[in-house]
Amino acid sequence: MTPWHKRRAVGLTLALGLTGMLALTACGGETTMGGGDEAATSAPASSEGGGAAESPQPAADFPTPNGGELNLYNWTDYISPDLLDRFESETGITVNLDTYDSNETLLAKLQSGGANYDVIMPSDYMVAQMIDLGLLQQIDVASFPNAQYLKPEFADAYYDPGRKYTAPYMYGTTGIAYDPTKAGMEITSWADFFAADSPAAGKIGTLNDQVEVIHAALRAVGSAPCSTNRDDYIKVEELLAGWKPNLAVINSDGVIGRMASGEQTVHMMWNGAFTRAEADNPNLEYVYPAEGVTVWADGLAVPVGAENMDNAKIFINWLMDPENIGEATNFVGYDNGITGSDEFMRADLGSNPAVIIPDEFKALAAPVPGCPLEAIDLYDQVWTNFKK
Amino acid sequence: MPALVYLLVLMVIPLGLVIAYAFLTSGRFGGVQGPATLDNITRLFQPLYLEVLASSVVNAGLATFIAFLIGFPAALAITRLSLSWQTVALIAVVMPFWTNFLIRTYAWILLLNREGILSDGLALIGLGPIEVLYTREAVILGLTYAYIPLMVLPIYASLQRLDSMLLEAACNLGAGPWRRFRTILLPLTMPGIITGCLFVFIPSLGNFVIPELLGGGNSQMIGNLIRDQFLKSRDWPFGSALSLLVLALLVIIVMLQASAARRSRKWGA
Repeated sequence: MTPWHKRRAVGLTLALGLTGMLALTACGGETTMGGGDEAATSAPASSEGGGAAESPQPAADFPTPNGGELNLYNWTDYISPDLLDRFESETGITVNLDTYDSNETLLAKLQSGGANYDVIMPSDYMVAQMIDLGLLQQIDVASFPNAQYLKPEFADAYYDPGRKYTAPYMYGTTGIAYDPTKAGMEITSWADFFAADSPAAGKIGTLNDQVEVIHAALRAVGSAPCSTNRDDYIKVEELLAGWKPNLAVINSDGVIGRMASGEQTVHMMWNGAFTRAEADNPNLEYVYPAEGVTVWADGLAVPVGAENMDNAKIFINWLMDPENIGEATNFVGYDNGITGSDEFMRADLGSNPAVIIPDEFKALAAPVPGCPLEAIDLYDQVWTNFKK
Repeated sequence: MPALVYLLVLMVIPLGLVIAYAFLTSGRFGGVQGPATLDNITRLFQPLYLEVLASSVVNAGLATFIAFLIGFPAALAITRLSLSWQTVALIAVVMPFWTNFLIRTYAWILLLNREGILSDGLALIGLGPIEVLYTREAVILGLTYAYIPLMVLPIYASLQRLDSMLLEAACNLGAGPWRRFRTILLPLTMPGIITGCLFVFIPSLGNFVIPELLGGGNSQMIGNLIRDQFLKSRDWPFGSALSLLVLALLVIIVMLQASAARRSRKWGA
């Protein structure tokens, strides 16, 4: 047999390798987010007027552009690059863009303390949590020059009373998209979506989003999001177990492509993504399910530790201008919180029932504040069971 | 001394944190707080989480087995090349590591999806289109692909140390190819094989990117569960407890390997 020393050598290599391997287990190929290392040349506050074309009637103490940088941390693919170019050329401020894929990633990055961002875009429930955690700076959006354009329903928000921390960016709904010509059924509710005997079996997809899927399933069994009644979750587990064999994919990426190509005929979908899929596949329809639908809203906020506070305020105010935010809407396909922006929107968006919630569905659409811990635990168990 | 610092910083402190977290209560927004509890540990033994672990072990095990089936002949073929070609072949084996892991995995999405090369190719000969992407098979394929170099290299190393005279002698004494493989090649390269298997199995077990991208979130593995505990559910203590479970499993496997090595050493002596 092999000489003993060779085995010992292999054993040693193994031990050394293992130490490294254990490290790999913990972080198997995680991506590292770029950014956070931008040069920190902060623009000093300046009161000299100068050639700033923006902000038509600047408030007495509102900053004016004076070059420098702005570190923007935003959702992936959530702002038009052309719009950022225009901001840069109008204000002389250089924008450094970095992106995240979930509110939780954003929170983790801020909590780790290593980040160095001036403007972030957390969603409603996350804004509330971040305020609680002391991660956001008060910027008093209501005093901004462009606050005059806020839609009345956005002048205040449950997650940010008095708009002290955030300005609205986009809002939207998480509903159902389907192709009535191919799905073989009419879908009007979450119960239809989760039906075990769906004729669309094998062509159904859903977002990989624990919160939204279980919100919807709870609605489908006659309960409500964030329920703390265990019996509801037993019903939800049954519903999801019966539905899973019909499911082709649980994935939040590539939904637009899959729906546009007809690879899937039914999908849980964000309304903005829907408008982009609909452009390629006009047969698609967007459903406001009869049991209710989540309205979410993303806010523009300034995290604690931002080095370019003035530029952050200038950027947020600039995005509250109807023309600028209208152009932003044209890129992402979601409606925004600014009055008069519809004048600058593409015609197909301004009149699209998926974008502007029609009056008859307004009662169905409501925001869902973050669930209590007890519900989060139940969500987590149901979701793990569903995905295993 | 530097070794001590290395161990302390890279091993003892992080591991100590994981162990400590596993016995604490989760904070409202992530993080940990008192009081100490055993709840996270008892929760591990719910069938739900054990099932996820079991299916991860099966996935990682299958990936390891396939990597061995492909990796062993590949390593053998490399040792048969001339020395300069061996270098070329080894570089070719390692080369994928020069490309970002995510990009390589994304490439598989393009290859495997319904409109991809595989599906289209099979359609040409009347076997397609097929659904491979977003299945468990795709996850196993991805894991095998990602870690196969870690199988080839240790096996290559032990094959190289093998005295080829042994094979010649066996041949002269009338042993057929299968017999030569079973009684000489396999036992003598066993250390390399075991090393390779562990190198593939361990990172496969904890991987969460491949199940996410190629499994379409449809076939969750233990790595996804742990990641979700930290980032989505923000239950750090339970995530830590799950990590300990994986760690315990790996320690058992490595101990089994060590005792197997000891046994065969005894026989060999």
